[in-house]
Amino acid sequence: MSIFETSTLVLSGISAESSVGEATSTRSNIFEMTQLAESAVLRPLDYGMFPHDVRAALACRIAARAGESRLAEYYAVSMGDKFNLAESIMIEGEPESTLIPFVDKAAHATRDIVAEDISKLKAVGVSDADIVRLCELIAFVSYQVRVTLGLRLMNGGA
Amino acid sequence: MSKVLHKFTRKVPKWRPRVEPVKLDDATPEQLDALQVTPSNTKVSEYVLTLAHDVESLKVRSPLFNAIMYDKGGMSRTERELGAIAASMVNRCVYCAAVHADRHAKLSNSTEVTDKLLARGFHAELSPRDAAIFNFARKLSESPPQANADDVEALQKVGLKDDEILDLILSTSLFGWANRLMHVLGDPMQPDEDV
Repeated sequence: MSIFETSTLVLSGISAESSVGEATSTRSNIFEMTQLAESAVLRPLDYGMFPHDVRAALACRIAARAGESRLAEYYAVSMGDKFNLAESIMIEGEPESTLIPFVDKAAHATRDIVAEDISKLKAVGVSDADIVRLCELIAFVSYQVRVTLGLRLMNGGA
Repeated sequence: MSKVLHKFTRKVPKWRPRVEPVKLDDATPEQLDALQVTPSNTKVSEYVLTLAHDVESLKVRSPLFNAIMYDKGGMSRTERELGAIAASMVNRCVYCAAVHADRHAKLSNSTEVTDKLLARGFHAELSPRDAAIFNFARKLSESPPQANADDVEALQKVGLKDDEILDLILSTSLFGWANRLMHVLGDPMQPDEDV
């Protein structure tokens, strides 16, 4: 796979011929590893309590709320019938009613996270391993949102 | 008894996980491989043992982190650290901010820039080049991100080339990732001897 076929560069609209494309070519290892990270975080073999469609829905939610609509649409394709997790403001029933506010806070108000936010996840039965898996998902998509936007700005986009 | 730190510092704190890290004795072969544990290297931090709960992510993130922060060419390592510090200040990751303020001071052989950032935060008066870098990284780190075309133009005006701007985007974004692990999964603790 060429780096210009990786989702991050495709969604940023960066082509090999552009001056930004030349710059990204000097960091091709980083874009290759970013694609590997996307697979590891969105489509892992050991997915714990978060199957691939749930992960895609949460990624869609994070990207949409960060204003990255193309990235959100990209993840929406893989979320199957889990669109409720991507779109709803309030979700009833545990653990989702605790998980979704946590995802929003960790992604968009990271500075406000406190120990109690993790305790609440544990109280509704989310294991330590699943808490780490969830944080990796939130953290990776937050990285991808910013790389995608930054590249688009470099390329003269808004 | 240590206490949780809330103020930015250049003195690297201890990190206390909010979840139980993987125990080395119970680690699977895949976890040991990702942790790069060998008979001669059995020292693994609590942070990395915590991340070992998600071994597939850990295995790809570590080399990606090293490439973004340390690969040759492009933006200087010192300026990449400035991107990391800006992200860590936006996300109030006291631990990451301390580690990378310390690295910035060591790489630049000066505490001048980080002294200003620690004293005045986002109101610090930096050189035009550092100010453009810090401002772009700060705005890219907000959520939703606030960076815009004018901020990229400001970087170009102070002399940054495309390869340097790319490295700044990558290092800043990487810390959007690192902060959401370090700050969310644990607390920065004042070392015992300071209490």
